[in-house]
Amino acid sequence: MEKTKDFRLYGAFIVLFLVLLPLGNLFGIVSNNTISLWGRYFCFAIVALGVDLIWGYTGILSMCQAFFFCLGGYSVAMHIVMKGATASGSDGTSIPDFMVWNQVESLPFFWAPFQSFGLAMILGLLIPAVFAFVFGYFIFRSRIKGVYMAIITQALALAMWLLFLRNETMLGGTNGLTDFKSLLGFSLASPNVKLGLYLLSLSGLCGTYFLSKKLVDSKFGKVLQAIRDSESRTSYTAYRILDYKLAIFIVGALLAAFAGMLYAPQTGIITPGRMDVRASVEMVMWVALGGRGKLKGAILGALIVNFLYSICTSLFPDSWLFILGFLFVITVLYFDKGFLGMIEIIGGKFRRKQITEKVAGHQVVES
Amino acid sequence: MLLAVKNLSVSFGGVHALNLSQFNLRDKELRVIIGPNGAGKSTFLDILCGKTKPDSGEVLYDGEPVLGKTEVQIANMGIGRKFQKPSVFPSLTVYDNMLLAYKMKKSIFASLFFRPTEEIDFQIRQVAAKVGLSKELKKIAGELSHGQKQWLEIAIVVLQDPKLMLIDEPAAGMSDEETEKTGELLMQLSKHHGIIVIEHDMKFVEQIAQDLVTVLVRGKLLVEGSFEDVRNDQRVIDSYLGRANVQLENF
Repeated sequence: MEKTKDFRLYGAFIVLFLVLLPLGNLFGIVSNNTISLWGRYFCFAIVALGVDLIWGYTGILSMCQAFFFCLGGYSVAMHIVMKGATASGSDGTSIPDFMVWNQVESLPFFWAPFQSFGLAMILGLLIPAVFAFVFGYFIFRSRIKGVYMAIITQALALAMWLLFLRNETMLGGTNGLTDFKSLLGFSLASPNVKLGLYLLSLSGLCGTYFLSKKLVDSKFGKVLQAIRDSESRTSYTAYRILDYKLAIFIVGALLAAFAGMLYAPQTGIITPGRMDVRASVEMVMWVALGGRGKLKGAILGALIVNFLYSICTSLFPDSWLFILGFLFVITVLYFDKGFLGMIEIIGGKFRRKQITEKVAGHQVVES
Repeated sequence: MLLAVKNLSVSFGGVHALNLSQFNLRDKELRVIIGPNGAGKSTFLDILCGKTKPDSGEVLYDGEPVLGKTEVQIANMGIGRKFQKPSVFPSLTVYDNMLLAYKMKKSIFASLFFRPTEEIDFQIRQVAAKVGLSKELKKIAGELSHGQKQWLEIAIVVLQDPKLMLIDEPAAGMSDEETEKTGELLMQLSKHHGIIVIEHDMKFVEQIAQDLVTVLVRGKLLVEGSFEDVRNDQRVIDSYLGRANVQLENF
């Protein structure tokens, strides 16, 4: 029963996003803009999977996922900007335009590896992973949890945001990195490349969902939930909590960075604005609204909230935050299991009605 | 000797919570510790399982020092703890609760690539039958009654297969019938494990106390003896009735 319901849901998802939208785009019914938007929503859904693993399953409220997202995004952006660089520095190597405006004459050392696509990809995942490892190790070793965890990760997000804002960091400062031309020889402005990136994000989402599902269904996933339920019981049952928390924190950071890498080429710009504290809080909100502790809920939340964001900001530009706040309050008050729980409740009522009608029908026939 | 404790002392904010000069436990012995509220019984178990760090003293388990080790190391040495307030994993099923406790490698990679075996399944079902939870295996642990949660936690401790079980008030909040069943279970377990039980309920203590009963009062060892001796000891009666505080100060 549960399985067939799942398959129906997966089927609907695949038909809508893998068949209808791309075909619509090829026949000109669905605009390139819409495709590009949904491609980005899929990236957000991948981040949401990570947030759900960390927060929903393990109970660690991490408020710095947007930072990891941007680490991934920036590394791809750096590669694209390097490839598109036209100016040349004092030593003859080409340097990105924004550096010229900032009177930088030679390429900073940490930009060099990003000339290679492969290295940029590896660093895009490696840097966040190492960062999560070091940061997580110290937090979890000192047994920081709950509200303190939320505060400390927010502080990290804030500090990094301030760091990236500075021109001296050589990452474009407030303006971020932009003017993306091509990636691996594909022009990023072409509709086909946009569709390709959309499909890549979709398959990325499906792949990460599949892996996350494997993860939470394994005994590892059960230990994560055990940690959420009772840390003391878990450690008296001989599980080293530090290892598990660290592992899932790194997985969450990797998912966020992976999503960021897919996201940057689709938006054409990445700025520190993507990694401020609010961005991280919003990511947690997607999961809370979608249904915490269920992977499907996280995806649903990220897609719906961002879709609503696009609609609402064009219809009522000023009131988006009010709408989001209202949604949040309603969810917390009446649907503590989020959109997914809401769908299940409504579905359950509908089914019960059908059954009672059937029973009533039988009775009529019998009488 | 399974457990040898010497001069163990801990104080919280200047109050001596525990000041235990000596405590010994043989292998496969069931020992009951009784004492009025605030006698330091739970604190004693907290120290043994690594939850609380003592100020001074020595604890040898199987000849090895326990103090200074982490909870996980102590659990791996073979000491299992059941808490006073039932501590299970409420959002997991009863079966998964037991599966997580089952004695096996518990590193992240071992958990990631864990495959259930028939041996594990058999053991879990056997323990479930022992604690009377066979029919509840698929239930979410949070939905169990209080008594069932107590049993589930005992099952969790049993599945870790510890040599020493620290059981804190197993019969709290149970009906008479449930209490008696718990007593029988503990007696059965004591054939294979060393057990320390903390208990308030005298009827229950009478049921399970086969050899020694230890009485703690104000963190100190008051008396150690058979249940009969302890029950008839004037100092124990006084401290339980709470009117001999003056005498105890002198003691």
